[in-house]
Amino acid sequence: MILVMIIAGPLGNVLLGKGMKHLGPVVLWPASALLHTGLIVFTTPTIWLGIACLITFFVSYMLALSWADYSFVQPAGSLAYAVVAVLGYFMLGEHVSLLRWAGIAVICIGVFVVSHTSPNTTRRRPAERP
Amino acid sequence: MRDAIIFFLIVVAGTGGELCVSRAMKNVGEARGFHPAEVLRVVLRALREPWMWAGLGMMALAFFALLGALSVYNVTFVVPITAMSYVAGAFGSVFFLHEHVGPQRWTGVLLVALGVTLVILS
Repeated sequence: MILVMIIAGPLGNVLLGKGMKHLGPVVLWPASALLHTGLIVFTTPTIWLGIACLITFFVSYMLALSWADYSFVQPAGSLAYAVVAVLGYFMLGEHVSLLRWAGIAVICIGVFVVSHTSPNTTRRRPAERP
Repeated sequence: MRDAIIFFLIVVAGTGGELCVSRAMKNVGEARGFHPAEVLRVVLRALREPWMWAGLGMMALAFFALLGALSVYNVTFVVPITAMSYVAGAFGSVFFLHEHVGPQRWTGVLLVALGVTLVILS
């Protein structure tokens, strides 16, 4: 779930960003222009894909939180920064600075440390449900 | 002063929103597997939790407040907000969700906050 979360989240944001950039400057006034903008937004496939990714992200986030602590899921979610850098480096050929790689290494160590604690410390089991 | 208020609004609403969603999911209970029907059941069940709506509202507030803040301040404004969110999240987990955050988890959370700060600064 956390794997889906850290991939779908950034991917959704990137797709939405790409879709919105593709539109150019957004005109919200007069009302006819707003309608026109809305029409373009909702007929752009990239935007739909982005929205789908973000929904996927949020559902996996909810599922992860249904069995693990927030203080466990939140740091684990920061692996998304690593995913963004790796995707950017390998897929888009972007330059990733040394400082960024260092930050990602520190994040990975932090997540590793957190992952060695018990994921659920509030001990709620399905059987306890009303 | 105004800067400080906006800063705290974003940290409190953002982290508070996630904490509320987490509280709602703890009330819903563990999802039994990833079958689409079960996923749908859990999501629909979660939407009946008032904490879920409180959380979504606060997250939306934080999102728009951050967008607004970014149009006035530059990106370095985000750095302390993001770093603080991890620490605030751990505190919130202890006091609002009654999770046990031991020294090891604290160490991990602080490392993650440091790492994220480095990534945003780069």
